[in-house]
Amino acid sequence: MKTTVTALLAGLIFGLGLLLSGMANPEKVLGFLDIAGAWDPSLALVMAGAIAVSLPAFQLFKGRKESLLKETLQLPTNTHIDRRLVIGGLMFGIGWGLAGFCPGPALVASGAGLEKALIFTLAMLAGMGIFRLSAHKMIPARG
Amino acid sequence: MTIDWTAFTPVTALAGGALIGLASVLLLIFNGRIAGISGVLGGLLEGSSGIGWRLAFIIGLLAAPLAWQLFAPLPPIKIEAGYPTLIAAGLLVGFGTRLGSGCTSGHGVCGLSRLSPRSLVATLVFMAAGFATVYVVRHLLAV
Repeated sequence: MKTTVTALLAGLIFGLGLLLSGMANPEKVLGFLDIAGAWDPSLALVMAGAIAVSLPAFQLFKGRKESLLKETLQLPTNTHIDRRLVIGGLMFGIGWGLAGFCPGPALVASGAGLEKALIFTLAMLAGMGIFRLSAHKMIPARG
Repeated sequence: MTIDWTAFTPVTALAGGALIGLASVLLLIFNGRIAGISGVLGGLLEGSSGIGWRLAFIIGLLAAPLAWQLFAPLPPIKIEAGYPTLIAAGLLVGFGTRLGSGCTSGHGVCGLSRLSPRSLVATLVFMAAGFATVYVVRHLLAV
C-alpha cells in the first residue's frame, strides 16, 4: 500500500516537473532539437537539473539491497552495448524529433486532455505491443 | 548556431528538472525501482511484476495537469505535427524505447545518474537522432 502511494507521488512530481520545465511542450522540445535554427538551449538545463538531484542520491543508494520500504532494489544489470540498444535509440530519437514527444511528456499532455497527445500515446503503446510480438526474433541481442 | 534568448527559460528548466530528479530519487529510495517511463509502461503491457506501483506511477503522471490546474493555468502545450506524423512518431518511440530498453528518463536521467556506460551510449544515440531528424525535417525538407 505504501509503495503504491510513493509511486503515485513520484509520478505526480515527475509530471509536474515535466510541465514546469517545458519538456511537456513539443514546440519547446523541437526548439531545443533544432540546433541549426533559432536554438532554445533550455532543455539541456532540464537534464542538468534532474541529474544534479538524482546522481548523488543514486550513488549513495546503489549499494543497498532494499529500499526504505523494504522492497528489493531492482536496478538494470545488462551492461552490453549491443545492436538493440543502438537501433532502439535511433528509432526513438527519430520519433522524438518528428513529433517532439518522448513517453513521459506524451502521458502528461494526454492527461491534459489534448487529442493529439492521446493519438501519439496510443501509437506509442501500439509500437510497444508490436515490439512485444516481434522484436525478439527480428534483431539479435548481440552482434 | 543562433541562440534564441527570448525562448530560453533557464530557471523553470532547472527547477522542473530538479523535480524530475526528485521524483526519480523517490521511486528509487521507496520502491527500489528506476523511473523509466517506457519501462514502467512496457512492464504494464507485458504483465511484468509490480502492476500496482506501475499503474500508480502512470496515474500520477496523467493527473499532473489536473493537480497543476488547482493552482495555476496550464503552461502552453503546442503540438504542430499532424496525425500521420504523430502516429508514425508514436510507433517509432514505442518500439524503439522497448528495443533500446529505455527513453529520456530511464537512460537519460536515471542511467546517467547510475554512471552507466550503456545508458550514456543510448542517450548520445537518441539525442543525435533527434537533432538529425529535426535538421532534416526543418532545414533539408523545409517542412
